Amino acid sequence: MKKIVKRKESILSIREKKLAYSLVLPTMILVLSIVIIPLLANFWISFKPISLGDLRPPKLILKENLRSKLSPTNDFAKIQYRYRNSSSKYYLTDVTFTDLLPKGITVTSINSQHYCDIEKNKLICKLGKIEPKAFGKVILTITKNEFWNDDVNPKFHKPKATYNSTNILTSLEFTLDNFKKIFSASEFWDVLKVSIYYTFFGTAGALLIGLFTAQIVNRSFKGRPFIRGLLLFPYVSPVIAVAFSWVILFDPYSGIVNSLFIQMEVIEKPINFFGQKYTPISIFGYEFNFPLALSMVIIFEIWRYFPLSFLFILARIQSIPQDIYEAAEIDGATPLQQFYYLSIPFLIGIIAVLFLLRFIWTFNKFDDIFLLTGGNAGTRTLTVNVYEQAFAISNLGAGAAVAVVIFTFLLVFSVFFMKFSKKEAI
Amino acid sequence: MIWKYGIFCAILSGSVWGTFWQVIFTILGILTTGQQLSLEIAPTLFSGALIGLVYLISSRNIQLKQHVIFVFTTIFLIYGVTFGDPYFGKDENVFIEFILVLITSSFIWISIYLSLKNVSIGKLSRYQTEKFYIRLLWGLGLITLILITLIPFYIMIMTSLKNQQSLILNPLDLSLDFSNGFNNLFVSYIELFKNYNFHIFLMNSFFVSIVTVLITLLFSIPGAYALARLKFPGKEWFSGSVILIYLIPSIVLVIPLYAVFSQLGLRNSLFGLIIVYPATTIPVALYMLRGYFSTLSSEIDDAAIMDGLSRLQIIYKIAMPLSKPAIVSVALYVFMIAWNEFLFAFMFLDDPNLFTLSRGIISLNSSEVPQQHLMAGAVIATIPIMMIFIYLEKFLISGLTTGSVKG
Repeated sequence: MKKIVKRKESILSIREKKLAYSLVLPTMILVLSIVIIPLLANFWISFKPISLGDLRPPKLILKENLRSKLSPTNDFAKIQYRYRNSSSKYYLTDVTFTDLLPKGITVTSINSQHYCDIEKNKLICKLGKIEPKAFGKVILTITKNEFWNDDVNPKFHKPKATYNSTNILTSLEFTLDNFKKIFSASEFWDVLKVSIYYTFFGTAGALLIGLFTAQIVNRSFKGRPFIRGLLLFPYVSPVIAVAFSWVILFDPYSGIVNSLFIQMEVIEKPINFFGQKYTPISIFGYEFNFPLALSMVIIFEIWRYFPLSFLFILARIQSIPQDIYEAAEIDGATPLQQFYYLSIPFLIGIIAVLFLLRFIWTFNKFDDIFLLTGGNAGTRTLTVNVYEQAFAISNLGAGAAVAVVIFTFLLVFSVFFMKFSKKEAI
Repeated sequence: MIWKYGIFCAILSGSVWGTFWQVIFTILGILTTGQQLSLEIAPTLFSGALIGLVYLISSRNIQLKQHVIFVFTTIFLIYGVTFGDPYFGKDENVFIEFILVLITSSFIWISIYLSLKNVSIGKLSRYQTEKFYIRLLWGLGLITLILITLIPFYIMIMTSLKNQQSLILNPLDLSLDFSNGFNNLFVSYIELFKNYNFHIFLMNSFFVSIVTVLITLLFSIPGAYALARLKFPGKEWFSGSVILIYLIPSIVLVIPLYAVFSQLGLRNSLFGLIIVYPATTIPVALYMLRGYFSTLSSEIDDAAIMDGLSRLQIIYKIAMPLSKPAIVSVALYVFMIAWNEFLFAFMFLDDPNLFTLSRGIISLNSSEVPQQHLMAGAVIATIPIMMIFIYLEKFLISGLTTGSVKG
């Protein structure tokens, strides 16, 4: 009896396993093909000398022309085939083309450097290997035969070509040039520095403002749910909408901030907030160059993401048991003491996890900076550099190499994150 | 220890609120009325401090009558110290000026009244001092936060309702001009829908977002159920890698996807987006739903198995109805991600008939298109997501707190 039960269970569990795999499999396949495989492909591309133009594989361009027409009065005509290698970098090999000729004509001679032959009414030309950019032609001289009539069209069939082309994406040609190029570029270290500044100050700023906001909204007052929703607007709206309204708000010519400052005589000349790398500032006679555009981008980041930190911290604050505050109140603890000795110990865990997670995501951020400054004026981070290398300079390989650098940083951050988040379930 | 005395607190809160509201209402006045006002802080700072002091010393029995008296005293003080010309301007509208001073004074008075509620004249205890300063900071902080959050949206909406000439004439004048009828106000919107194909962009955005939500749910509900309920080898490994995949940024994926999609001819198509978006949202959805499913009692499932239901039937008939709120949250959150997505839409789409709103607005960002069109586009992209947010705030917030460590 016992045995039977056991066997039954194991059949059930096998069925359960099968079911589980069939439920998880579709997700796995999709994520694998759109996330994991591209990730590996990115490594592959980063070792390849490949530019944006190489994505179009080399092609043989073949055109058929008829020179002079056969007619009752004209006995001879020529068919000209012109071919060209579309690529400026890669060979085409084993090039062959064929064409069918109508019954009513006979080929009298073939003028070509390559091997061409006619079998029945089929033309076969073996062009072999064609150098990059190379071109040439094959000319047939044709004449009428007994089947000819006015309806015969020598071009009735389109010529067909077969060939092998090297696809740079799949070839086995590798290089380290991409990495050499990005690491030796003098700007690379600037880019890295900007990334770190942006990530650190953006994350810390958003977290601090979020903590402050959570404290404010935690007090009960009229219209609190409404205000809480309102404070999430920056995060919920499309990045493209808010980024452009910031650009217009701070525009040096028609922006409201500049016009207001000038009318109130705070400044004399308009400031190009998102376009000026440095602005000299003197505090207590000490002059230094303030990185203006970078600071603006960081402020935007804080503005857009403080709601998120606020939401998380508020949720945690509201899960703190209220009776400990009541007890503290009776013991005469002041508000600051309550905050320091009661709230902070409860919140420190979530703040650490939030910091790490937001750090990772701010490091990965591309849209915001790209839309605000396009990575100019000293705001180019690693992510914007991927776009710049791959699509602005059209060097896909170098862009992929920068992406590899980003991914390496990410791995390190993730290890930290995994260690922390195990302690503090988010 | 001067800051512990009630008198100091009264003067401080009076002058702080005086300055604060003066700055805000002068700017608001300039933007909404188009008057060229100058910012004068001294009169309100002085009046605020004096009112604070008077209130502290007075009997503090405040009824409606006393409120009115204090507001009008403030107005009187402001006019008095500026010799009847509170903004030192040349030719402003006196009536508008008075309304502005009235509003400013009322806000100054109410703020002072609320911050000095429990403050006495003499030395305060540490507890009382902290309470006072925290209350002051709380008020200042709340109003500042609300303003900072809303100003860019205010600018966005107001700019979209202006026309080119008046913006060039005076960029600060955001007052609405009703004189040329209602249609003239929305001329940028009409233009966008007529000549810039925004109706197509709107349709494309809705299509892509809704399909993304459907595909994401179709894949993640069974997957999350399997992860929460069923035992199978590799489960831990799978759920661990879900969260890691979730940390991979799109910018790392965009080059290979661009390369491969170009060669497959998927790049310039909505189909390409519909493959990519769910792949980036499924891990989040899986993570969120797994958490919710595992809070449901598994005894119901066991009972259902006894009654002869298959696992798939359990998912459809029991797990899904029970987790409706979680599914709605996930759906909203995924919709938001897909609607707001910019990078892939920007990289993949070249054909204006396929543009989503994000891609379409980018194409407006050129020197040939006036900026009020750009802002009208931004408003069009923001309104649907805001409507959803306002109606279903509760669901979206719970979606945000469980899933949105991303973004």
